[in-house]
Amino acid sequence: MKLVGNQLQIKGIVAAIDRDNIDTDQIIPTEYLKSIKKFGFEDYLFDGWRYLDDGKLGVAKEERKINKDFILNKAPYDKAKVLLTRDNFGCGSSREHAVWALRDFGIQVVIASSFGDIFYNNCFKNGVLPIKLEKEQVESLFLKIKDKPSDFSVSLDSKKLKLTDGTEYDFQVEDNLIERIIYGLDDIDMTLMHKDKIKAFEVNRIKDKPWIYAND
Amino acid sequence: MPETLYDKLWNEHHITTLDSGESLLYIDRQYLHEVTSPQAFEGLTKKDLLPWRLNANIATPDHNVPTERGNSFEMDNIVDEISKIQVVELDKNCNRFGIKQFDITSDNQGIVHVIGPELGYTLPGMTIVCGDSHTSTHGAFACLAMGIGTSEVEHVLATQTLKVSKLKNMHVKFEGKPKENVTSKDIVLYLIGQIGTAGGNGHAIEFSGSYIESISMEARMTICNMAIEAGAKVGLIACDDTTINYAKKHSDLSSDLLTVAEKHWNSLVSDEDAFFDKEILIDVSKIKSQVTWGTSPEMVVDFDGEIPDPSLVPEDKRKNIELAKQYMGIEKNQKLSDLKFDKVFIGSCTNSRIEDLREAAEIVDGKHISKNITEAIVVPGSGAVKKQAENEGLDKIFEEAGFIWRDPGCSMCLGMNPDQLKPYERCASTSNRNFEGRQGNLGRTHLMSPLMAALTAINGTVSNPS
Repeated sequence: MKLVGNQLQIKGIVAAIDRDNIDTDQIIPTEYLKSIKKFGFEDYLFDGWRYLDDGKLGVAKEERKINKDFILNKAPYDKAKVLLTRDNFGCGSSREHAVWALRDFGIQVVIASSFGDIFYNNCFKNGVLPIKLEKEQVESLFLKIKDKPSDFSVSLDSKKLKLTDGTEYDFQVEDNLIERIIYGLDDIDMTLMHKDKIKAFEVNRIKDKPWIYAND
Repeated sequence: MPETLYDKLWNEHHITTLDSGESLLYIDRQYLHEVTSPQAFEGLTKKDLLPWRLNANIATPDHNVPTERGNSFEMDNIVDEISKIQVVELDKNCNRFGIKQFDITSDNQGIVHVIGPELGYTLPGMTIVCGDSHTSTHGAFACLAMGIGTSEVEHVLATQTLKVSKLKNMHVKFEGKPKENVTSKDIVLYLIGQIGTAGGNGHAIEFSGSYIESISMEARMTICNMAIEAGAKVGLIACDDTTINYAKKHSDLSSDLLTVAEKHWNSLVSDEDAFFDKEILIDVSKIKSQVTWGTSPEMVVDFDGEIPDPSLVPEDKRKNIELAKQYMGIEKNQKLSDLKFDKVFIGSCTNSRIEDLREAAEIVDGKHISKNITEAIVVPGSGAVKKQAENEGLDKIFEEAGFIWRDPGCSMCLGMNPDQLKPYERCASTSNRNFEGRQGNLGRTHLMSPLMAALTAINGTVSNPS
């Protein structure tokens, strides 16, 4: 398969948020779900922590009161490509806007000891790679990047996370999922290649379970 | 080999295994609302595709709708222009593609997870999806129901399938008889307190036991609704007479179809000796009314219990507790009964059905809300719930007690419409999430049952329900 503009290597500044259970309401608050677009969410990422005032969809970053203490507002972390956090990142609401906000901000990789199931799935539809590591490994990463800006480099094909000091971590992710990020594959096109099987299944189901189709 | 209910539903809907190792599952029903569908419809249009099976889809606007609509309200009357665009967009998309919608003027409009079962669109044994994590609610009908993202909404519209990997099986058995005034909301909050919000990650949770067998479909929906708050996107309960009687009452299937269906529905139970990856047994007779104190549903205690002292917990948990207490404005070692509440919200897909409203009305009947409560609202889950409550005179009971009686919608569960908390306001809420800012920027949410929320409205603070 040919690469379609996507990369095998992601390298960039890592920003750390030291909290468990960061829910998708924190990643992007409800207010911004009023958008009917799929892009343009970068200014609303972690809105409740990034700003000191209450935002509205369409209000520009420049008009907001910035929380200067929040990591993503500080250089060089404002250009972060990797996010390091703790347990159960992305729990709660199914809003895909959470992944759109991370992607639009420039975050391409999220490292955590576990993820909310729906968020984890949504990531792969949008070219964001969630990396699950053991709690102890996450702890050691937090210690390594403490107090000094660091670059992480992620190799998608060999599934390795590399630090500038040479340390390497292997991570697990299903091949089909990571290929979706590498090749930017479209799920609907792929599924429609099985159109005949779906049709045949449906024909049988209409016979077997007619009550499901009572209103058709 | 003995199978769990989840295994059976999985196998029944399994079309094929893909080269990737994932499976294509056939989806019987998709619910759509205005927030997570516009981008999916846009994608469909861009690809020049039509919905695979139109009538699998049922739509209603619920998240953005104002709840003070009164009679003859139309989309155009929505004051928030951005909210209006979303509601209008859903209407346009439903008209363009020919999807059945209960629009803002319909008597049957309501929260999607309330109207689905109520109108007979949720039937036992279905696979059900919606761009909303509380789709787990429909698992109460022995359905494989789960929340999905917008890309998947588009995928289901276009292909009537979902590309998924199989989850593991978890079994939570609730045995015993609960104490008086302890409801299904208390039971599920207690479970989340025990296993944590990541406890069910990667699993489908089946709830069973003598307690589950004894409760109504509405109480079962409350439990499955909150499975996602325990980390499980799928919650399930086996089909029994309670399920079948509900389905018969709410659907308009012919008696011929019902006869065939019923035979199948009776098989929707886990086999004896089916294997579960995790098993949990909970004695419900020991559970007291539960109230959350923090910013995650797992931060929950007995109504008269101690809020954790960060200095007494392991170091890795300390920071979360400190941050939560700080956000919630809780001083060291305060008790819930020391906290003064400002607002009360009775509603949401968790607790806005008729039994919830009856439970709350019984508490407030003949009493009045406390002086420190600036606003107490009751938001029925659907037009049908509202009408039923009004027929029973519940609206009058609430109004005489000082509550405001509203029109159906998601309302203050997430404050996407004008129903929001102001900064630092403390709210007793029957909803499902006490996340930071969930009900309004800097708002403070305490989750509890409708009974406890009603009692908090009357007393102004958390108090003993007996």
